[in-house]
Amino acid sequence: MAAINRDDVAHLARLAHIEMSAEELDRMAGELAVIVDSVKSVSEAAGDDVPATSHPIPLTNVFRDDVVGHTFTAEQALSGAPDSDDNRFKVPAILDEA
Amino acid sequence: MSTDEILSFEEAMEKYDPVLGFEVHVELNTKTKMFSSAPNVFGDEPNTNVNEVDLGMPGVLPVVNKTAVESSIKIGLALNCKIAESCRFARKNYFYPDTPKNFQTSQYDEPIAYDGYLDIELEDGTVFRVEIERAHMEEDAGKLTHMGGATGRIQGADFSLVDYNRAGVPLVEIVTKPIEGAGSRAPELAKAYVAAIREIVKNLGVSDAKMERGNVRCDANVSLRPHGRERFGIRSETKNVNSLRAVEHAVRYEIQRHAAVLDSGNPVVQETRHWHEDTRTTTSGRPKSDADDYRYFPEPDLVPVVASREWVEELRATLPEPPAERRKRLKADWGYSDLEFRDVVNAGVLDEIEETIAAGASASVARKWWMGEIVGRAKAADVDPGQLGVEAATVVELSRMVEAGKINNKMASQVLDGVLAGEGTPEEIVEARGLAVVSDDGPLLEAIDAALAAQPGVADKIRAGKVQAVGAIVGGVMKATRGQADAGRVKELILEKLGVTA
Repeated sequence: MAAINRDDVAHLARLAHIEMSAEELDRMAGELAVIVDSVKSVSEAAGDDVPATSHPIPLTNVFRDDVVGHTFTAEQALSGAPDSDDNRFKVPAILDEA
Repeated sequence: MSTDEILSFEEAMEKYDPVLGFEVHVELNTKTKMFSSAPNVFGDEPNTNVNEVDLGMPGVLPVVNKTAVESSIKIGLALNCKIAESCRFARKNYFYPDTPKNFQTSQYDEPIAYDGYLDIELEDGTVFRVEIERAHMEEDAGKLTHMGGATGRIQGADFSLVDYNRAGVPLVEIVTKPIEGAGSRAPELAKAYVAAIREIVKNLGVSDAKMERGNVRCDANVSLRPHGRERFGIRSETKNVNSLRAVEHAVRYEIQRHAAVLDSGNPVVQETRHWHEDTRTTTSGRPKSDADDYRYFPEPDLVPVVASREWVEELRATLPEPPAERRKRLKADWGYSDLEFRDVVNAGVLDEIEETIAAGASASVARKWWMGEIVGRAKAADVDPGQLGVEAATVVELSRMVEAGKINNKMASQVLDGVLAGEGTPEEIVEARGLAVVSDDGPLLEAIDAALAAQPGVADKIRAGKVQAVGAIVGGVMKATRGQADAGRVKELILEKLGVTA
């Protein structure tokens, strides 16, 4: 079994901004361990001669020419915003700068 | 805001050895964004240069801007980097309202350029090599404006307004290796390094490179260690130091602050610092914490970028002459002294003088006009000399008129004012303002007689052989003709009249 303990789950939940109850943390710790083990079976199936990949499609250099395409109006851009002011998205002040 | 103790810079240098590191973000001047076809334009109405990709709407797919990749490779080459044969993008995950996707598309383990260096020339000519760790492609974030509160700073703000026009603008982040051995020249080196990066990207034409617009932004890492110790001290990272002067000041201040902390026996806190231009100090941002757990993983929506050697060499062939080499060449070609050349560089008129010489002026004439006439006017108008609107051809025309004796230097200066005021070409202005040098000997001889009569003692001196005294009479004539006489001709006529040979 992969070692995913309750603290790991709580840490991930915090990073992902997901609120989890004590029961959920307990349950998820067990479930995540099973999921990680399942994914790990891939590395057992692939031998040393199979290079790691981050992409399943054997494509490279999919590019776009530097030509201006469509844009939204400010009104369209803000149409899904919970709140706006002065044609800008209005959000709570957040001190912790990324 | 708390005030930190600081040591004098000299004392800090006596006790400690600074180690620097820089992350410089360069905004590319492509027409469109890194992953979307929305325009990359500064200063437009908020949230009008966005589409569904920039706003991170569900189900959208990014597509890489080819020109941005080429610009990134050019930057890598100009920084003497190796260009990765293959590299990929990665997601840097964090929650902050400037990033609507909740991740920034960046590069992590496979930057497009790595292992480079840049030779930085300090003011006295000392060359210092800065090693480049990597240059990677990523995208800019939106612009937050903090509202409410007293200061407009984030502390005390009630809410923030977000404009996503900048979100997705192509960035290249250039990261140095730790810079050791700069000693007391660390602040100067910091400024010179950022200036060199700015100059290079501007010269490559890949960025507008305007620091005041945030096209080039610097995060400065500083740590101190006692002299003789190899292990680095704990560093602070001062964010968004956005002018060359500020880079120098921020590094200097952090050195002084770290020294005081270490002197008190406490460890330096590894943290982000915010630079304040008004007080020229930094304040604590936040300690490095969980928030830095970015959980990078390969971007599944983008395929790898493979830079074939042919492509890289094609791009290398398009690179302009590096700015430092160009300066060396121009100085030798023009025959300026060290001081003259430095003044020209500092005044920012290298390009203008080069153009003026190409248009037909001699190196000394071009320098005389730009340094003597135009730079001062630009300063008075508070613009860059190049933006004043003086064409190289105008300078050449003015100097030709002077050389031909059509107008004198004083008049040429007036004509330049006329050109800047939009009165027309130099020739038209000379005509319209009636600024021709008086070379008809008739009126000159009258004025000379009057001047000689007014200063009989001087006339005697000249007759007695003191030819240099002629200046006083020439001055009188120039005054009488309101500066319109050809001073050289006046002198000839006076000497002729007094029967003296010069």
